[in-house]
Amino acid sequence: MTDTPKPHQDIPPPVDVRIQSGDFDVAAEIERLRRSHPNIGAVVTFTGLCRDEGGRLAALELEHYPGMAEAEITRIAREACARWPLDGLTAIHRHGRIEPGGNIVLVVAASRHRRAAFEAAEFLMDYLKTRAPFWKKEHLKDGSSGTWVDARDSDTRDADRWKA
Amino acid sequence: MQLRYFAWVRERVGHDAETVDLPGGVATVADLLDWLASRDESYASAFADREIIRVALDQEHAEHDAPLAGVREAAFFPPMTGG
Repeated sequence: MTDTPKPHQDIPPPVDVRIQSGDFDVAAEIERLRRSHPNIGAVVTFTGLCRDEGGRLAALELEHYPGMAEAEITRIAREACARWPLDGLTAIHRHGRIEPGGNIVLVVAASRHRRAAFEAAEFLMDYLKTRAPFWKKEHLKDGSSGTWVDARDSDTRDADRWKA
Repeated sequence: MQLRYFAWVRERVGHDAETVDLPGGVATVADLLDWLASRDESYASAFADREIIRVALDQEHAEHDAPLAGVREAAFFPPMTGG
């Protein structure tokens, strides 16, 4: 990735990390970043949703480690700011019970140009999946509750590719 | 030292937190895992597969060979599945 844009050398961009049980509003979060900086040319958002797993899932229960969840995502976000020229980076992760179709996680990356915004959003998600202390438990429609979701090897590989 | 447990580790040990006095000879995360697994059947079940257990010391990820000196809070949990 020799053509990866370099980070700004001046003031570090604002990092906004929130861990909450309530929902978030994607449009409002984009607007918040857009208004915070006059020279943003690109905004990339990623929204992670709760699947219904072919109709069998009633809800996911997301457990988290209060304090560390925010600290760890903040560490990842700061690392992203050190790698790419960002003008703002927002990450919101929900916890508690979330039903199919509901929002789980939001990443908003803002930059002057698109490549930095795309790459930073993807980097943040890849590291968040394997390092942010959250665990999903499935509650099924047949009333059985459930099994803890297994971590995927592919998520570890996705995170590892940024180490090169 | 304050110990915290999450997800299926929490379910298997039967509680989410406790305060313990570490016995002599427990110097690293691996020592602590060995000691916890020896406490009773619940702990043995939670820590049977030592390799899969992830650890945080004072809310930062740590390896199993990390020393415990000066640590106030150790947390044990399965691989993370957020996002």
